[in-house]
Amino acid sequence: MATLSQMATVIRSKNAGPFELTLDVFFDNEATYRQVIRSGMITPATVSARYGIAASQVVGIHFFEAARGIKITLKRPAPSGSPGERDTYGAQQHAPLLDWEVPKV
Amino acid sequence: MNEWRILSPQGMLGYGYPASSLQAGLKRDPHVIAVDAGSTDGGPHRLGKGVGGVSRHATKQDLRPLLRAVKERGIPLLIGSAGGSGAGVRVEWTWEIVREIAQEEGFSLRVALLMADVAPDWIYRQWQQRRLTPLGSVPDPTEAEIKAIDVAVAQMGMEPFQQALAASVEVVIGGRAYDPVMAAALPVAEGADPALALHLGKILECGALAAVPGSAKDGMLGLIYEDHFIVEPLAPERAATPTSVAAHTFYEKSCPTLLPGPGGTLDVSACRYAAVDERRVRVDGSRYRADPCYTVKVEGVSALGFRTVLVFGMRDPVLLSQWDWMERHVRREVAAYFNDVASECRLFFTLYGRDGVMGSLEPVTTPQGHEWGGVLEVVAPDQETADAVAAFARAVMMHAHYPGRRSTSGNLALPFAPPELSGGAVFAFTLYHTVELDDPMDLFPIHFREV
Repeated sequence: MATLSQMATVIRSKNAGPFELTLDVFFDNEATYRQVIRSGMITPATVSARYGIAASQVVGIHFFEAARGIKITLKRPAPSGSPGERDTYGAQQHAPLLDWEVPKV
Repeated sequence: MNEWRILSPQGMLGYGYPASSLQAGLKRDPHVIAVDAGSTDGGPHRLGKGVGGVSRHATKQDLRPLLRAVKERGIPLLIGSAGGSGAGVRVEWTWEIVREIAQEEGFSLRVALLMADVAPDWIYRQWQQRRLTPLGSVPDPTEAEIKAIDVAVAQMGMEPFQQALAASVEVVIGGRAYDPVMAAALPVAEGADPALALHLGKILECGALAAVPGSAKDGMLGLIYEDHFIVEPLAPERAATPTSVAAHTFYEKSCPTLLPGPGGTLDVSACRYAAVDERRVRVDGSRYRADPCYTVKVEGVSALGFRTVLVFGMRDPVLLSQWDWMERHVRREVAAYFNDVASECRLFFTLYGRDGVMGSLEPVTTPQGHEWGGVLEVVAPDQETADAVAAFARAVMMHAHYPGRRSTSGNLALPFAPPELSGGAVFAFTLYHTVELDDPMDLFPIHFREV
């Protein structure tokens, strides 16, 4: 089974405002994008399991065909730049997606 | 056929841009130069402390060729979110730089300053009247939190820029502004479709980041027509592709298809992205829905005290295995020694090699590294106390006799002497809400100035 990091061309994280983190995954071909979506692997339940958070912390999951992209938005554990917070820009929170295995459809 | 040409020289004023790209853009005779100069992304201290994310030197270096283009070619320059946060002090900071350049270059300049500050007591009144709506995942503030807000700005739409342009100024220094509006203000004032203009503005506000290879230290040209727009990077080695442009609407947004901004929402769900050639992309299908009542975002921060930081490293495997004991020990010792102020002090340990980057989101439970980097952050009511607590905690950690200890001469590798670094005032975002206005100009006074 292939992992997301083997199939996607971009896997990244970033702030969407100071209170949310957004994870983007892009594919360079239609077939791969379709396979990941059809597998049904990306849901609030599976995302929350990978990040060890409650499903209610997953704000939204969007599939955007024009860019062959998937967007996952999470509530931040703490607002960007506040005391004890670790990643002001939210730029390094994507690692749990990398070795996520994509089921064959 | 109408055509508006918008030049975005860079993704952030002060990031730099190739002189050749600016020249290539100016040769196309743009109608306006649009530059974003701020973001909330760098953290709450920018608004709280009145500081920016780029230096005065870099801002001046980037502005000089732009101001020359304004004078030589008669192209208006629109700057948004001036000075990093778009607070009034940062608008004035930018104005001082603009004035200095104009004086050095020996030209006159008509400038508009758009202010975006909102007073804490105005925020409190809005809260009392239940007029503040949390944006996305923002927790609803308590009355005490609302009263504790120190500095706040509202995010303006394109209307203040349009009023300034109508007064024939050459440069507009905008306070906090929605990133796309500097590109959209002039074409929309002259009759362009706001959906196309705002969508183009969303792509241009990051400079050439939506190109391949992407860069915020380079620019793009946007061309708006009646029913579509075209984007084109300025540097010949970059290309805009249908995917790179479509993907950029994802950037830093919680939803990729609905982009709410001041006064309305841009809907890009029906957009088509097509290659014109190998470097240019044509976009159509953008839609815009105006708010029933004009809504803007307000951003506010509160001071939480003062910070001192200690950076340390650990290599002893027994110590790494006993870290939880160490952390408990330090907290206990601090609470006992600083018994009068300890309850007002907060200690945060971040351990690189264990879960320093992701904290509670880290899925790896058994770290593999042979060494850990540590950061102790102390936040206290004043700097002196924060410094004292951090120094005390360092001494405790250095000499603590943890279970199984054999390295009895010291526990920490300290990279800096002195080891503690005073970090100054600490802030947090507490306000990230929307509020309805009677008029798009309500919170944004214009000051006209001349050099």
